[in-house]
Amino acid sequence: MGALNAFQILNGLTFAGLLFIVASGFTLIFGLLRIVNLAHGALYLFGGYVGYTVASLTGNFVAGILGAMVVIAIIGFVLDQGLLRFVRGYELRQVLLTLGVAFILNDMALVIWGGDTFTVPVPEFLRGAVNLGGIFYPKYRLFVLALGIAVFILLWLLLNRTRLGALIRAGVDDAETVAAMGINIRLIFMITFMLGAALAGLGGTVGGAFLTLYPSADSEILVFSLAVVIIGGRGSLVGAAIGALMVGMLNSVGQVMFPELAYFVIFGPMALILAFRPLGLFGRAA
Amino acid sequence: MSRDLASVPAGAGPAGPSAVALTPARLIAIAIAGLALVAVPYMLPNYYVSIATQVLIFAVLAMSIDILAGYTGRTPLGHGAIFGTATYVTIYWSTTLGGSPWTGMLVGVAAATTVAAIFALLAIRTSGVYFLLLTLALGMIVWGVCLRWTSVTGGENGIRGSVRPLFIATHSAFYYLVLTAVAVITFVMWRFVNSPFGLTLRGIKDSESRMRSLGYNVPLHLFIAFTVSGFFAGIAGAIYAMFNSFVSPSTVALTQSVAGLLMAITGGIGTLFGSFVGAAAIISLENFVSSYTERWLSILGLMFVLIMVFAPEGIVGRIRMILARSKG
Repeated sequence: MGALNAFQILNGLTFAGLLFIVASGFTLIFGLLRIVNLAHGALYLFGGYVGYTVASLTGNFVAGILGAMVVIAIIGFVLDQGLLRFVRGYELRQVLLTLGVAFILNDMALVIWGGDTFTVPVPEFLRGAVNLGGIFYPKYRLFVLALGIAVFILLWLLLNRTRLGALIRAGVDDAETVAAMGINIRLIFMITFMLGAALAGLGGTVGGAFLTLYPSADSEILVFSLAVVIIGGRGSLVGAAIGALMVGMLNSVGQVMFPELAYFVIFGPMALILAFRPLGLFGRAA
Repeated sequence: MSRDLASVPAGAGPAGPSAVALTPARLIAIAIAGLALVAVPYMLPNYYVSIATQVLIFAVLAMSIDILAGYTGRTPLGHGAIFGTATYVTIYWSTTLGGSPWTGMLVGVAAATTVAAIFALLAIRTSGVYFLLLTLALGMIVWGVCLRWTSVTGGENGIRGSVRPLFIATHSAFYYLVLTAVAVITFVMWRFVNSPFGLTLRGIKDSESRMRSLGYNVPLHLFIAFTVSGFFAGIAGAIYAMFNSFVSPSTVALTQSVAGLLMAITGGIGTLFGSFVGAAAIISLENFVSSYTERWLSILGLMFVLIMVFAPEGIVGRIRMILARSKG
């Protein structure tokens, strides 16, 4: 068994990169709009399938990513404007509604793509391994880690350094005042929702290239994302990053040491953090 | 916190959920329902007797969810995992370990109660959406363990094995056993929610801070309520082991927690007995839909969406409201 080797650490880090991409979309919607979008896992899987189809048809990985992000953002738009608008202000009804949508999306994905396992095709320059001081590591997984970091920086800049970000933050604190100042707060929130959904689509395509896509992949990624957000605290980008790192690393350790109980390993830190900080590391009471 | 899924608004008539008195009309209704349930094996073919058995088992699961959702205002999404833990342990005990099924059921219920107590310790400090999210995540960890721990749980193949002793091998004999058990359990649950302890829970649902300043130990009450609720979910799961003689990860999956919650909501949150109506409605629908299409999951999802948009107070609650309105 022994200590973790560099390969396993990298596995943990790269998985954390993907987890951050998926969980950031979830925490964005949860923290800013107070909507727990349990369809997020299903959006991830749906996005992965769309990305797979587009990438296979066009032979272009980037087209697959963009296609998935656009399609999932549109599904997010329909979900937000078509369904969630009827239950605004009712937190529990919103959650349960998104759960129903998750079931429908998952089932529809089964109808469209069947129960087979798919792998999103990766472009030539990301295939193979790279020599990192003696160990050969898959290039693609390093790309996922880099993408995760890029998404973190972009989201941070968006929220903290742009007018849109300022409006989103203001809307969270006092939506009525922002609306009274002549700003269309509904539009701002709608854009946030679509952005969060698009991140699930991005995660699905990127993740579908190394975790593969299959009918229960949505539940698995949802458990991981929930763990990330529960550990990190809702709405916190830094919390999501730290949560993703913890869950990614622990999952990697767990798979090496207790292959059959890897899931249980996430439970430990989650329980510990909940015992001391019920709202997560960076969570604030609503 | 509880305003979204609150059952019947105040002033919806004397039949609100807080009315506990056994009026003659209610006694007659219970007697008629009881007679109808006893008559099922005489009136219907075996297939329907089996469905009726399933309805009774899932009504217990739905009622255990209702104890939390309806009486403490905390909606759980992990009860499928607690239910399924009892099913797994019962079947594992009586097949892989070769023990007696009755002991297996006891061990199963004990295991489910333990899982519930652990969930409770972690979740009771939160409320509302956060509570739901936590119980969901905890339940899904149980699912993940059952799926991956192949050497014990058999992974996706699950564990098969006849648990049912010979004397209840027939559909009707088993049905009567379950009916008796469920009648006793329902009575105990009804006593529980209407006991002073149950009233305190309702007080917590309405205003935690008020109950705290009155000197009640709110976390302790919630912990006990959660554990008791898990105990009943475990009983349902252990009976389900005898009913199904098979267990797989889908028994502990989120779908199970969701179906249970949907039954409780359909019947009306905070009505307890509504769970029977909810379980009957959902299970009949599932059997009906499944004979025409394989898209049961979509239908389940669609029902959730429609109920959340149009009738969050459930079908029973909705009918009550309409009746109350038509009375003026």
